Amino acid sequence: MKKVILVLLIGALLAGCTSKPAGPQTLTVMTHDSFAISEGLVTQFESENNVKLVFLKSGDTGSAINRAILTKGSPEADVFYGVDNTFLSRALNEDLFVSYASPGLAQIPAEFKLDDQKRALPVDYGDVCINYDKAYFASQALLLPQSLDDLLKPEYGQGSGTEGLLVVENPAISSPGLAFLLATIAEYGEDGYLDYWQALKDNGLVVVNDWSTAYYTNFSGSSGKGAQPMVVSYASSPAVEVVYAATPITDAPTASLVGDGMCFRQIEFVGILKGTQNEKMAQKFVDFMLGKDFQEDMPLQMFVYPVNPDAVLPEVFVTYNQIPETTDALDAQLIAEKRDVWIQAWTDTVLK
Amino acid sequence: MPNQGKPRNRFLFSKALWVLPAAFLLFFFLVPLVKILLVMVSRSGVLSANAILQPLLFTLWQAALSMLLTLALGLPAAYIFARYNFTGKGALRLLTTLPFILPTVVVAAGFSALLGPRGLLNGWLMQAFDLQIPPISFMNTLGAILIAHVFYNTSVVIRIVGSALVQFDPRIEEAGRVLGGSRWRVFREVTLPLLRPSILVAALMVFLFDFTSFGVILLLGGPKFATLEVSIYTQTLSMLNLKMAGLLSFIQLACTFGLTLLYTRLNGKRSVPLMPRLKGEGVRKPHGIFEKAAIVFLVIILIVLIVSPLAALAIKSVLQMDVSTQTTSLTLAHYRELFINRNDAFFYVPPAKAALNSLYYAAVTVLISVGLGLTASYALVRQQGLKRWLDPLIMLPLGTSAVTLGLGFLITFNQPPLDVSSFPLLIPLAHSLVALPFVVRTIQPALASIPASLGESAASLGASPWQVWRKVELPIIHRAIMVGVIFSFTLSLGEFGATSFLARPDTPTLPVAIYRFLSQPGAMNYGQAMAMATLLMLACALAIGLLEKLQVEGSAEI
Repeated sequence: MKKVILVLLIGALLAGCTSKPAGPQTLTVMTHDSFAISEGLVTQFESENNVKLVFLKSGDTGSAINRAILTKGSPEADVFYGVDNTFLSRALNEDLFVSYASPGLAQIPAEFKLDDQKRALPVDYGDVCINYDKAYFASQALLLPQSLDDLLKPEYGQGSGTEGLLVVENPAISSPGLAFLLATIAEYGEDGYLDYWQALKDNGLVVVNDWSTAYYTNFSGSSGKGAQPMVVSYASSPAVEVVYAATPITDAPTASLVGDGMCFRQIEFVGILKGTQNEKMAQKFVDFMLGKDFQEDMPLQMFVYPVNPDAVLPEVFVTYNQIPETTDALDAQLIAEKRDVWIQAWTDTVLK
Repeated sequence: MPNQGKPRNRFLFSKALWVLPAAFLLFFFLVPLVKILLVMVSRSGVLSANAILQPLLFTLWQAALSMLLTLALGLPAAYIFARYNFTGKGALRLLTTLPFILPTVVVAAGFSALLGPRGLLNGWLMQAFDLQIPPISFMNTLGAILIAHVFYNTSVVIRIVGSALVQFDPRIEEAGRVLGGSRWRVFREVTLPLLRPSILVAALMVFLFDFTSFGVILLLGGPKFATLEVSIYTQTLSMLNLKMAGLLSFIQLACTFGLTLLYTRLNGKRSVPLMPRLKGEGVRKPHGIFEKAAIVFLVIILIVLIVSPLAALAIKSVLQMDVSTQTTSLTLAHYRELFINRNDAFFYVPPAKAALNSLYYAAVTVLISVGLGLTASYALVRQQGLKRWLDPLIMLPLGTSAVTLGLGFLITFNQPPLDVSSFPLLIPLAHSLVALPFVVRTIQPALASIPASLGESAASLGASPWQVWRKVELPIIHRAIMVGVIFSFTLSLGEFGATSFLARPDTPTLPVAIYRFLSQPGAMNYGQAMAMATLLMLACALAIGLLEKLQVEGSAEI
């Protein structure tokens, strides 16, 4: 009996050691865990260019960037996708990318093009906004907050005991958490944001570490049925709730608060890694990412918005998502310089 | 005299046993670790003493508290499992092993369903006492951290101390009773001192697990608590301050080293001779009201603390809520949906494939860690001189940050054929690093307590070395090996930190797949995560059940 098991185990061991098939050239794309794409598009790019695409995913944006930085010079991949505007300057200062003036850049609005030297090219954006539980606000006949200032009103404060109605993520851990902190800095300035957070804290603000906990454990609008009817998430989350509903629904259970200054725009970039042996093919892949097919695929795969204005949005995005008229922006270089200081000051104010 | 050359060969062979585990640790632990630490400290970054001292003190404090609580539940539980027969014992023992494999995200969901502000318990209390505010606040407290650690690690105590108890010669206790000792006195003065080595091992392992705790602190403790491991994570991935992360990793390693030395000192050299024991020897039905009541009490605590969060997940996986009518109904939709690639996603992985990936990695981890663990244990027992350096070296991976080691793997193994995309064995190799200390800590004490005379007398009766091993040594250490097998298996199934760095997107493990679901909104994603977690529990329960059946068959042969 034992011998049989042993033989089976060794067989399984050998079966896993199958080597990579020799074939066409490969192009390796390094990215974060949230990257997603349709199978059909991968096949299309592969057959059009006689290339095999390999994707390397390593954790969240921070992990992926670390990986790229640590293997700089002899990179594991040819293309890096997923550095956002909060990490952009770090990546550029590390000199990870080579410039590429993709023809696709022409249609893209200037507001997304944060790197003049075209080392990091914008691909998509997403607005970090507060989502609210529509049923809760309706049942309590509560008005929606229209601004960051409104969140300090007592009616959004300690509704259920010591905890208020809003849950946010820790900016030291979570990327939407950091984006929301940046929104408050853009709104109140470096001199005023800490006072704002102190006031939020006094009004019963709930802080958790990561998005999954905030959304699924604390937020009352999710299946987790938590205690807070407002959560920092994305403007695209209501559409995702519809797409991934348990039973087909015609109305999203959540919506976003998109008042002036309440949202922060995250832009994601792609770059060709310095030291690649496949620069020509890498350029083709960057063109492909900026092209209409990929740009139209992204919304329902990654739930982000395309930067290419030619791309047609899926219907759920148009029906269920609110798009903020204005979003906060901060200079990427300033974010890179101050990020640690801001996070530390926030920690000292809110968590102590 | 054909046998004449043999003793010498065997001597040489046993002298060289340490080479294999040492080479494994050198290539897959020390090289990547030293490489990444050198890179980290050579980078620029701000160092602050306050950011070290506070997490360090909290880490030690919560680990010590968690360990004591885990022992307080685990020791009596180990005793009743080893000494008494009662209905449902096998199932309960199996269920207590399952927490080990569950990713913290779903465990947090399970606890929240029971103890959260809108959880079951608060709901009952609010209804029963007509309260407006949930009376129990559990999430984001030190209590949540402690309870989650007890939830995760009680099985470590049950398995390690339990296997020592089963291996125990009942005649020693009987002698104590015959000589007039009361039951309590025999327990205190005979049983407990004899169990000391295994209790120390269990305490050390539990302490180290709590010491490097990450997910529990992050998700259940909340942002007010940070251990060294959490600080390493934030410094590395959010602040990109690798210098600080390197320093913190180094401190964590130094603490682990110190703890291992302390353990070795406390453990001393005494060991009680072990003989092969029959299965079922010393196990009986509970007699009297006191024994029965004690067992019922413990079983209830185990069910409340360990089984109910698991059950909450399984229940959530088959419930769905109709948003328009606000009614809940039973469904298998989450399970069905797992098998559908609805939007042609390139990275979609059918659950059976994720389960097979997980089981494959776990099986390879068992092969590597038990193979190397046996070798290392023999080397340590035969050459006491090795203890000084090989012993702490084996333990160090347990105290190494998953983030640091993961990055170390990435910068060390990045050229074909030894890189992430062409060498899938990197994942079980990384898992084996964490499993190996476990296997060695369970097998080595059992091996050390085999009296030399036992093998010698068998050999003088004409048994070959293989026969001595197969018929004398294996029957004594097979329980310890099985504990090692189950632990390396479950460790690998549940590991997330290193795996998330090393897994290829087309071959995720079950925990990685669960995280994918919970990183997007939507009731279906939530339900699928619960369904996947339930499948993970089922797969693991089946595998352990099979392993334990094997063990029973194995001991029947003897």
